[in-house]
Amino acid sequence: MTIMISHLILQQYWWIIVSLLASLLVFLMFVQGGQSFIFSLPENDNQKTLIVNAMGRKWEFTFTTLVTFGGAFFASFPLFYATSFGGAYWVWIAILFSFIIQAVAYEFRSKPENILGKKTFDIFLFINGCLGPFLIGTAVSTFFTGAMFTLNNENQVHWATNWYGLEALLDIRNLSLGLAVLFLARVNGLLYLMNTIDNESLRKRAVKRVTYNGIPFLFFFLFFIVSLLLSSGLAVDTATEKVTVEKFKYLHNFLEMPFVLVIFLTGVITVLYGIGITIFRGGLKGIWCTGSGTVLAVFSLFIIAGFNNTPFYPSQSDFQSSLTISNASSSLFTLKTMMYVSFIIPFVLAYIWYAWKAINNTKMTETEMNSQEHKY
Amino acid sequence: MIENVDLSLVDWSRAQFALTAIYHWLFVPLTLGLSFILAIMETIYVRTGNEAWKRITRFWMTLFGINFAIGVATGIILEFEFGTNWSNYSWFVGDIFGAPLAVEGILAFFLESTFVAVMFFGWNKVSKKFHLISTWLVAIGANLSALWILVANGWMQHPVGMEFNPEAARNEMVSFWAVLFNQVSVDKFLHTISSGFLLASMFVLSISSWFLLKKREELMAKRSILIAGIFGLLSSLMVAYTGDQSARTISKIQPVKFGAMEALYEGKNNAGLIAVGILRNSDNSIGATKEKEFIFKIEIPGLLSVLTGGDKEAYVPGIRDHVLGNPSKGIPSALEKREKGIFVKQALTDYQRAHLFNDNEQKENIKRVFRDKEFQEEYFRYFGYASIDKPEDVIPNVPIAFYSFHLMVILGFSFIMIFALAIHLLFKGNIVKNRWFLRIAFFALPLPYVASELGWILVEAGRQPWIIQDLMTVSKGVSNITSGSVITTFILFAVLFTVLLVSEISIMVKQIKSGPKH
Repeated sequence: MTIMISHLILQQYWWIIVSLLASLLVFLMFVQGGQSFIFSLPENDNQKTLIVNAMGRKWEFTFTTLVTFGGAFFASFPLFYATSFGGAYWVWIAILFSFIIQAVAYEFRSKPENILGKKTFDIFLFINGCLGPFLIGTAVSTFFTGAMFTLNNENQVHWATNWYGLEALLDIRNLSLGLAVLFLARVNGLLYLMNTIDNESLRKRAVKRVTYNGIPFLFFFLFFIVSLLLSSGLAVDTATEKVTVEKFKYLHNFLEMPFVLVIFLTGVITVLYGIGITIFRGGLKGIWCTGSGTVLAVFSLFIIAGFNNTPFYPSQSDFQSSLTISNASSSLFTLKTMMYVSFIIPFVLAYIWYAWKAINNTKMTETEMNSQEHKY
Repeated sequence: MIENVDLSLVDWSRAQFALTAIYHWLFVPLTLGLSFILAIMETIYVRTGNEAWKRITRFWMTLFGINFAIGVATGIILEFEFGTNWSNYSWFVGDIFGAPLAVEGILAFFLESTFVAVMFFGWNKVSKKFHLISTWLVAIGANLSALWILVANGWMQHPVGMEFNPEAARNEMVSFWAVLFNQVSVDKFLHTISSGFLLASMFVLSISSWFLLKKREELMAKRSILIAGIFGLLSSLMVAYTGDQSARTISKIQPVKFGAMEALYEGKNNAGLIAVGILRNSDNSIGATKEKEFIFKIEIPGLLSVLTGGDKEAYVPGIRDHVLGNPSKGIPSALEKREKGIFVKQALTDYQRAHLFNDNEQKENIKRVFRDKEFQEEYFRYFGYASIDKPEDVIPNVPIAFYSFHLMVILGFSFIMIFALAIHLLFKGNIVKNRWFLRIAFFALPLPYVASELGWILVEAGRQPWIIQDLMTVSKGVSNITSGSVITTFILFAVLFTVLLVSEISIMVKQIKSGPKH
């Protein structure tokens, strides 16, 4: 059976899948957010063990989502993979570095004879907790602010600076999104801990920090959004494929795709509601709101980055080299083949949900930690 | 094209990828095999209800956990290094190569990571059956991960199921099934997972032997040897069989690599199989010293002809035939292939010119040429030869290929004997008394690791100078960054991986010495 389906539809379909994976990744970085509190939140070693184990049981989901995000991006938009990874070398290497040290830290930290000592592995978790979300946020921001590359007629990338991506840190908008993602991950991390661990003193300490981290999140997020909506962006003429500057491009994208605007606003309001009920009503279920809100908001930002004839990876050096979901994608055949594979995703989500529930069916306590054999 | 690629950039990029792959491969085979051993042990526990089996399972599971995380950590680097260090390659093949990677993430990684959490933390939280299913799913997930990445690697050895699109300057997939069931990928998958099973069996056998030598945990050690012995013997036989299959396939589709692994410079009838040998030459000169390539060799006459051609008189082409050509056997020379590669490159340049001048008719004509089957089979398949300077450049490093292959094979056969002996002594009931065997089994622990790494060195170094066999050289696939950046990251990775490896071994040794809890 063959299904007639256009290349553009498939490109949009795969941009939606990549956006979904990205939004799930940002939500799942609550693990990193939680890690970033490893030194400041717990009062004693028991609380620290609880925090590390609550996060440690989920680190692989975040990690696997990052790997799958990379794989899906490579498969569906290989020109982005080739351009950004091969050009913004140092940014991606720094992200990778922060994730390798995380993977081993959980398993090794409390094992005897680990050579480096528990403290070192805790520092690894802290570094990953701060750098991971910040760098990923900064890298994602370049989907709007652009990067300095040109492509030749065989689509080979030439990076215009010798900083290979680190120059992105000089743009205040990139920094603000990086910091917004970091503080959002920290808020989500706190809320996840509050919902997962049954420890009153830890909860009290966490709720205070929700305020301290919620405010900077809001500040940096609003700064990024306002500057995004007021700034110009690149637009592609579908007939001539010519790329030009359009004033208020991203504002236009929201207005021309009102459905996406609704998703965005719903996401932002849900995140704020989740923070609000935690601070003002002492609720423990805030993570459900901030989590789903994060997914909606990030998803909608990815959609306005790539839809409506917008290059999702604008080139500051040569507009014409900018990547769009059309010129950067895989062939019709490959996208269609992978579409069949993607039909399995709901099944994957279902078993993840089932297994997650099975493990998380009761709240973690110090008593459980003391009796747990596989403990981080 | 980005011409004049800095050679040190290529070398350092290769070194970095090799470093990551070698470290990654120190951990993955154990995961592949030990996951199945755990599943078998836990199945016995669930079926018999015997708590001793649970204790055994949990002991090996602790070691599995220590090894697992570091495998995951090094794996993500490999995936991203395709982009960071081989960006031109990533574009050239992304349409084909990306799909298996994405399938791997969606199908395999989530299966593995979801159920590994149940396996570690679910003992008292989920039912026995659900836990057992989770352990099996971890094993299946881990091995499925191997399938997809090996499909991708198989395609690099033998590119099939694609057409070149001159407009995008890349290869595009036209048959997913051809890519999936590529003969090289099938061989590679079976050979690789069975070598992982073998390695894990040796891991269990060696450590169990250590316990017996120390007169500790006799019940656990004997039961573990029972499982590891049987699983290991079956796996090592499968490794030998699939290895033979792989070598036959290589002789057909990568004949220069085959020539290098046999150090067969000159083609001949009645070609013998070198069982053991020491090479005289260590450069890539082709056949100036006929029949004098070896200082010493033990050869089984005619066997290579029989294995590759089906009869003793069959002609087995040597490296010289494939470099200089052998018209009487219908083998074209590297220079002839280069001519064809240059012809294809010219067609691509013509297409780009036509595109520049909006000459749509010419563009369509050239596109039609690239779609033509005869053009693909006679010309495009040699596209990569356009960037070869001299014929000898197509020869990989012969000593590396020869020694890695032969040492791997010798080790492979020794594993069969070790596992067979283990089972024999166990069933005779005197394995504890035969301390000489326990010592051999214990000291054999690193050998499957060596054999497994040698296998990858043969596969990858033997494919040189190609990143994709005959289509793209490594120097064309590399990212356009400074070698200084790559040298820096190489050093960073080397230090980090080494520290983590030392740390891992130290933790592992401590856990083994502590023995099972409960």
